[in-house]
Amino acid sequence: MTIHGYKLPMMSSLLVWGLLWEIVGQLDLTFFVPPLSEVFVTLFGLVQTPAFLRALSTTAYAFWVGVISAIVIGIPVGILMGKSRLLDELLLPWVNIFLSAPLTALVPVLMVLFGFGTKTIIITTALFAVWIIILNARAGVRNINRSLVEMSRSFGASPLDAFFKIYFWAALPEILGGVRIGVIRAVKGVIIGQLLISIVGFGALFELYSSNFLMAEFWAVLIVLFALAFTLSEFLAFLERKVAYYAASR
Amino acid sequence: MSQIDLKIETAAMPVTDSAVSVRNVSKSYGQVEALRDLSLEFPRGQLTSLLGPSGCGKTTLLKIIAGLLPASSGTIEVGGKSVVGPGPDRAFVFQDFALLPWASVIRNVAFGLELRGVARSEREAKAEKYIREVGLAGFEKSYPHELSGGMRQRVGLARALSVDAQVLLLDEPFSAVDEQTRRKFQEDLIALVQNENKTFIFVTHSIEEAVYVSDQIAILLPRPSRVHEIIRPSISRAQGLGSIRRDPEYLDIVDEIWASLRSYVE
Amino acid sequence: MDRYQSHRSLLLKLLSAVLVFGTWEIAGRIPVSYAFPTFLESMAALVRMTFDGTIFVAYAETLKPLLIGIVISAIVGIGMGLWIGLNLKSEWLFSPIFVVMQAAPLAALIPILVMIYGIGLTSKVFVVCIMAMPVIVLNTSGAVRNTPASLTQMATSFLAKDRDILLKVIIPAASPIIFSGLRLGVSAGFIGAILSELKITPTGVGDIITYSRSIADYESMYAAIFSIILLAVLFLNLLEKLESYLFEGNDRGYVSD
Repeated sequence: MTIHGYKLPMMSSLLVWGLLWEIVGQLDLTFFVPPLSEVFVTLFGLVQTPAFLRALSTTAYAFWVGVISAIVIGIPVGILMGKSRLLDELLLPWVNIFLSAPLTALVPVLMVLFGFGTKTIIITTALFAVWIIILNARAGVRNINRSLVEMSRSFGASPLDAFFKIYFWAALPEILGGVRIGVIRAVKGVIIGQLLISIVGFGALFELYSSNFLMAEFWAVLIVLFALAFTLSEFLAFLERKVAYYAASR
Repeated sequence: MSQIDLKIETAAMPVTDSAVSVRNVSKSYGQVEALRDLSLEFPRGQLTSLLGPSGCGKTTLLKIIAGLLPASSGTIEVGGKSVVGPGPDRAFVFQDFALLPWASVIRNVAFGLELRGVARSEREAKAEKYIREVGLAGFEKSYPHELSGGMRQRVGLARALSVDAQVLLLDEPFSAVDEQTRRKFQEDLIALVQNENKTFIFVTHSIEEAVYVSDQIAILLPRPSRVHEIIRPSISRAQGLGSIRRDPEYLDIVDEIWASLRSYVE
Repeated sequence: MDRYQSHRSLLLKLLSAVLVFGTWEIAGRIPVSYAFPTFLESMAALVRMTFDGTIFVAYAETLKPLLIGIVISAIVGIGMGLWIGLNLKSEWLFSPIFVVMQAAPLAALIPILVMIYGIGLTSKVFVVCIMAMPVIVLNTSGAVRNTPASLTQMATSFLAKDRDILLKVIIPAASPIIFSGLRLGVSAGFIGAILSELKITPTGVGDIITYSRSIADYESMYAAIFSIILLAVLFLNLLEKLESYLFEGNDRGYVSD
């Protein structure tokens, strides 16, 4: 969109919405919406408190372990599924089921099996993320040009070589896309896990602030969480763009 | 530059009235000049080709005539009236067919009439007539994805014919089709030009194709885009369409055009 | 697919189901944990609940906010998506909101919604809506914006008015993606429905889960969860079949070689 010939950058309307938030807050229209400025002030104060930092590290720990597990399991499984028809036909129905199933329903099962601790939260996070990573890795492999595969065989590449030198790189654009979506899902997973399983980390902060009606704190934490998730996602998008140059001509 | 002067006419045009007049048309995209001060006349009832290497602006010119792109300067007149946008006097055949994938053949062919508000029974009757004329009888209920490339283009052609426009604009219509089908299309096109009383403007990059089907060839060159020459091949069709490709005049003209275009190929 | 292929594919699906359920059964017998009943035990509980009607009563409760929420999300979401896709100003203004909503862990908002709207149907419907709408809106607007230029240009060349182009080209062309957005929205809505039952007040199926867990009736708990997943999968598969039936013409993508 342009104003007087100036092209407005993407997401700049968020400034308008921010302004609206500020006005609504200042007018005290509803208790639940404090002025945005107040939220930011609270935010700056909050991020320095030990309570917050503890919550951040708990959540970050569960998040990262969950995401890394999902990546380490998901990418190879996806690649193998893309290569082997048998494996694909056996596993794909399950991957599709779990991709669209309400995973939240599985959380009680996980709680019963693995207890009420961080381990369960990590498993929840990983479960939220892994299916889309598998599907995208599989799609990336299936899109590989037949000739690349034949070329590598004609030059005598071993299966391990083929995996690391060809399949992985050729599928990388899709894999990165899958990881990006998986990361977003993992953020949801870690929060849902914390809300349902054991109230720790950011989940605990949300519970604490909402039950004590500390709205500015609540929104501050939500904004921080969202900013972290967004930064991570943008970083992955950046990596995706770096490899996009060869994506179209595979 | 040309050895066969009999067939070349530049400034002196034959006295046929022009269905389409292009006068001093320029088109720029920011700094890039696609067309500069181009003038051309298209005789009524005949097929004129726009031939040239890529980047010579032939598709741009065609779309300007169709009213799909505005010219930066200059005038286009169709049937004496100035062109300001698409109109019922012109119909376009697209290089990538542009068929509605969710609609059957008969609906696709009748689409132009549908947009003009023609009643369903009337437009389907008309569509059926042109479906038969392009040789797709029996495929009325089929969908584009069930047809071959050649058949899809016939649908596009039938659609353009059924709106009864005086000028038919064809943008490399046979380039997305295999060679054998392409040859058949070229033969069919000659028959079509003879049977229908319409003016055809035909963009192509194939010299053989242009010389085979055209009554007049306008050769365009790029950077800046301009009309290089106008050729009126007078190849005899008396021996049947099949023998044109061995006709010495045909072969000479093709060679000569290639000689003059060769240096402009990147 | 010829008959051999389709038979083989079906066989492999059955085989994989047998493998998974078999593993479940074995794991239950070992047992992996005191809280891990066998597959057969859970199925028995499911059958029991079906026959004494508990399941149906429960789903009637659970599906209420889900269906209401989905219908609202679909109508508002598609409308919003169309507007955003067609109008540059509204795209600039609204699409960042929905992109943010897509990425944010909206589950955190549930306690707030409960505070505002109480623990009844309204807040549950709200939860379903905030989970389902972003993906519906973004899919719709993306599809509208990505209408193949070739088709709109063709329609313009045949003198289509703006309303014609919207109704006869843009919407039919966008329909497959809009529909798949609906499918994703339903899936997200399901999560919202379950989440609100586990978190806000246990009713319906969520109640079966929490209650049976509290009395250590693990068979019923697993049975309930199994039924949710089964239902979600069946429903989404149905939507997918509907999608391919409605849009069979679009299966081959856009018509250009």
